[in-house]
Amino acid sequence: MSLPLDIQAVRRDFPVLDQLARGKPLIYMDNAATTLKPTSVVEAVTEHYRMGAANVHRGVHFLSEEATRKFDASREKVRAFLNAKEAAEVIFTSGTTGAINLVAHSFGARLKPGDEVIISEMEHHSNIVPWQLLCERQGTILRVAPINDAGELLLPELEQLINARTRLVSIVAVSNALGTINPIEQIIAMAHSRDIPVLLDCAQAVAHKTLDVQALGVDFLAFSSHKLFGPTGVGVLYGRRALLDTMPPFLSGGDMIRSVSFAKTTFAELPAKFEAGTPHIAGVIGLGAAVDYVNALGLERIAAAEAELLHYGTSCLRQIKGLQQVGTAAQKTSILGFTLDDIHPHDIGTLLDQEGIAIRAGHHCTQPLMQRFGLPATARASLSFYNTKAEIDALVVAIEKTQRLFA
Amino acid sequence: MSSQMELYQQVILEHNKRPRNFGKLDGGNRAAEGFNPLCGDHLWVYLEVTTDGIIQQIAFEGSGCAICKASASMMTVALKGAKVEVAQAMFGEFQRLLKGELNPESTPNQLGKLKIFSGIWQYPARVKCAALAWHALSGALSNQPTVSTE
Repeated sequence: MSLPLDIQAVRRDFPVLDQLARGKPLIYMDNAATTLKPTSVVEAVTEHYRMGAANVHRGVHFLSEEATRKFDASREKVRAFLNAKEAAEVIFTSGTTGAINLVAHSFGARLKPGDEVIISEMEHHSNIVPWQLLCERQGTILRVAPINDAGELLLPELEQLINARTRLVSIVAVSNALGTINPIEQIIAMAHSRDIPVLLDCAQAVAHKTLDVQALGVDFLAFSSHKLFGPTGVGVLYGRRALLDTMPPFLSGGDMIRSVSFAKTTFAELPAKFEAGTPHIAGVIGLGAAVDYVNALGLERIAAAEAELLHYGTSCLRQIKGLQQVGTAAQKTSILGFTLDDIHPHDIGTLLDQEGIAIRAGHHCTQPLMQRFGLPATARASLSFYNTKAEIDALVVAIEKTQRLFA
Repeated sequence: MSSQMELYQQVILEHNKRPRNFGKLDGGNRAAEGFNPLCGDHLWVYLEVTTDGIIQQIAFEGSGCAICKASASMMTVALKGAKVEVAQAMFGEFQRLLKGELNPESTPNQLGKLKIFSGIWQYPARVKCAALAWHALSGALSNQPTVSTE
């Protein structure tokens, strides 16, 4: 095991941390919404616009070739990061939502009335609504696997939902509202034993655990660059070639064709087939820099630092009378969801903001999950490796101050 | 709390804790539901409006954040016995106050104690919390049974 992360040193990679919010030192605990960007990512994006800015895959001139080289290098970096067999299996999208919509439309186009898709109760709206719309288009049926009060997926119940009409299991790897780490290996084994493909929503997982698509044997995997310290507006769909090859295009237009005539259009090979239009070139290059950054730190060291913060944060919050933690799975990432007495989470969020502490308050785009817990909303402090125990102490002080105000 | 935290003044905290005119209304003849799907604030405003256009009775119920509940409570206090036209004019003034377009110290207005919400324009995410009860009131007065701030 390599040396633990030097937190004070890594914090210097994130100049955004060194500022005041509402006159107090910024404490950023909204990493599940988006992670901060290290200088190397900001510079990679800036550099593209400052000295590059050309389009990719078409120009025969110097700038275009440079942009294409960097763009393709990012795809290779993502391939290696996910350990995909080939770079062509890495499709750049607008984000996790874009990636899931691609599968729902393209893979979904083949589904027949009565075919079933399984999701879980803890899904983000982005892994619910695309399937609901698919159901409206194709007469598909959506099945929802339940969770327990700790926020853990009930595997036997999930298994019971699998039947001869099941065509896809689409599950979140790590819950954005609860932090629960789902047993994705078991879920994949369960589905594959009946030849059912699996899509993993890895929006939250990607910055916290190693994802090896070949070891997992997963069929589709989606994540967003901005939750991996990269730019917004870019995401990745990994898909197994055997599936992607048989799927029809989703968006269509430039870049995704081999030849176009009014009589007949033929489509490009992977990955271009699924990348219509000019991509977010600077964003993709920035994502490549983010992957480099994470690799340099090491996901294992990141996970170890976050596990320590989770342990400390959980025990600190447990000391606060009137605070109820929401999401207490045995296996979880550093997401601390909670409610506080009968104080509405939005009041908590605004009052913590007055102390310079950024958390999220609301339903976290998981309204069915909130309904499952009988809550309109929760407060959520989501930690990343650059957070500190001192910041958690400040969070506790601010929560207690909020309680006193409402007492 | 710091001086800039005008949002959570004692008056607001007190109305949140002990909302006035909270509950259903016996003999009400107008009602509307206000819902903010984004944060889950959800309330109902009940009115008894006389034939000559006076808000004889007003009440509300529901759940929401402190800003939402205090605003609803203070609205019912301000409007009990008011003419419908006055209530509508105050709704307009209150909306401008929330947007920071009306300075209650320099512009004549009928807002009275409601001017306590004047600092909220600095918190754009919370403006809709303070506005919800008023939107429901407006819905009730115009026979629109459900309003949403989204």
